[in-house]
Amino acid sequence: MSNLAAIERLRTAFPSVTVSEFRGQARLVVPTESVYEVLKTLKEQHGFDFLADITCVDYLEYRDAKDRFGLVYVLTNTETNDRIIVRTFVNDPAPSVPSVVGLWEGANWLEREVWDMFGIRFAGHPDLRRVLLPEEFTSHPLRKDYPLQGRGERHNFRAVTRADG
Amino acid sequence: MPLNAATSAGDLVHDEPQPYVWTMNFGPQHPATHTTLRLVLKLDGETVVDAMPDIGYLHSGFEKLGEHLDYNQYVTITDRMNYVSPMANNVAWHLAVERLLGIDVTPRCKSIRVIIAELSRISDHLLTLGAMGLDTGAFTHFIYAFNAREQMYDICEALCGARLTNSYTRIGGLMCDISPKAIAMIRDFLRQLPKTFDDMERLLNRNRIFVGRTRGVGVLSREEAINRSCSGPIARASGVARDLRKDEPYLNYADFDFNVCCATEGDCFARYLVRMAEMRESVKIIHQAIENLPPGPVNLGDEDVRGGDCPDFCVSKNGTVPLAGPRRVILPPKDAVCSTIEGLITHFELVMWNRGFAAPCEEVYVATEAPNGELGFYIVGDGGQTAYRARCRPPSFVHFAIFPHLIRGHTLSDIVAVLGSLNIIAAELDR
Repeated sequence: MSNLAAIERLRTAFPSVTVSEFRGQARLVVPTESVYEVLKTLKEQHGFDFLADITCVDYLEYRDAKDRFGLVYVLTNTETNDRIIVRTFVNDPAPSVPSVVGLWEGANWLEREVWDMFGIRFAGHPDLRRVLLPEEFTSHPLRKDYPLQGRGERHNFRAVTRADG
Repeated sequence: MPLNAATSAGDLVHDEPQPYVWTMNFGPQHPATHTTLRLVLKLDGETVVDAMPDIGYLHSGFEKLGEHLDYNQYVTITDRMNYVSPMANNVAWHLAVERLLGIDVTPRCKSIRVIIAELSRISDHLLTLGAMGLDTGAFTHFIYAFNAREQMYDICEALCGARLTNSYTRIGGLMCDISPKAIAMIRDFLRQLPKTFDDMERLLNRNRIFVGRTRGVGVLSREEAINRSCSGPIARASGVARDLRKDEPYLNYADFDFNVCCATEGDCFARYLVRMAEMRESVKIIHQAIENLPPGPVNLGDEDVRGGDCPDFCVSKNGTVPLAGPRRVILPPKDAVCSTIEGLITHFELVMWNRGFAAPCEEVYVATEAPNGELGFYIVGDGGQTAYRARCRPPSFVHFAIFPHLIRGHTLSDIVAVLGSLNIIAAELDR
């Protein structure tokens, strides 16, 4: 971890943050209520100005997992090329985290994709619509309780015939 | 159709100026979208007031499939993400898996992976620039680019037998070693490429129509490029000197001499120039790699090469079992599997649910510099042979999100120039 100093300063400001490391990657686990503040501090005071990715993991079937959903933010410092991964956990019902579109414009579609695939609301998102699946879709297919195969979604849609054209 | 009803002359005096806004549908089936994506445009005359991208027509659940196919099988899905440069995706996926397992591949394998990744970059940029020229009216330019791409597919065929969906990498190595014939073909290809690039540049660099249609169109500033998570040639054309091959060297990129190509204008023409210059750098890298190809084996051997934190048990839907047998990670060569009993046993020892190797219960994000930008995989291992979560960070998805920002205020005909310069591959966009 080359960004030790930044992490130490962050831990004094946010004592609830826990730090771990795997294969040289620094990872922070942050409580949901302070995730926006932590990301803002990382961006504005520690130079992590590039948001590489936002994604989510459904820990429903994971060994020894306590929480259901884990949000993952991958940040990059474009000056020093350090990376840091910020994780936060949310749970049913109505999982929700604050949106970071105000910090990074690039978070817009990434958050929409997480909402689409996992059904996690981003509070304060300007345009939280589905992005890949149609608006009529009711489920969130990357959740672990959604089957890979089965009686498909196509039965829910009306078949368009030539007469409709 | 105009949206506003006619207003009587008396009211017009008091009204605000009425915007004469049309709504137009662009795609999903349109020659200039090249793949299946849709835009809903708001037009004021020929000027685009706003654009609303509507994507998902090619969504095929690749990330869901990643939770059901094992680490070696999923490479076939990565071929289908950015099918213009499948080998770059293969390399990115297996680099991420190997980081999770804690494996370091052999020097020869690293060099060959660099060669195929750079060949993919040339192939991808040739398609992007060829199609960009085609969309802005330069058909001949497209033919020059595609002639070279055809040779590129012949090289892929000589390398691994497949032209389009290569699936060339495996955990801990490659499907097979590079053959002398493939090396000769790559050398021949490298000799011809500079002439192709010269021809392409002569056709477009000072072409009045092309320059007129791309210069100053779709401008992205440096701050916006960073704030909107742009990467790869699109960020570099806006002055972000960032290239993961230099900044976070993976494989053995640190050993090669090459430059990061940047521009400052941030318009479509700058993106064209950056891609053109990057291809010449890729030729330099392949040249160094192929002339200094390290000897030795291309794949790892029989021993357990995983990191110390890998578990001795295997989790599957049938329960948790202790792993039996030697824990090699690399699949045996196909001819050994098909012709010897030892090879067949080794193969089964790897692919059966209670044999083989298991990944640690950990998570890792590994990004590579794909031709289109930062291609990252976030893999969660759960002690099994299948990823618990296989997130792909697709550069096309992030880059298409900036499209409305780039096109506002430009004309309808500029849409194809901007789309071409962003190189949106819908299969990667929707996954």
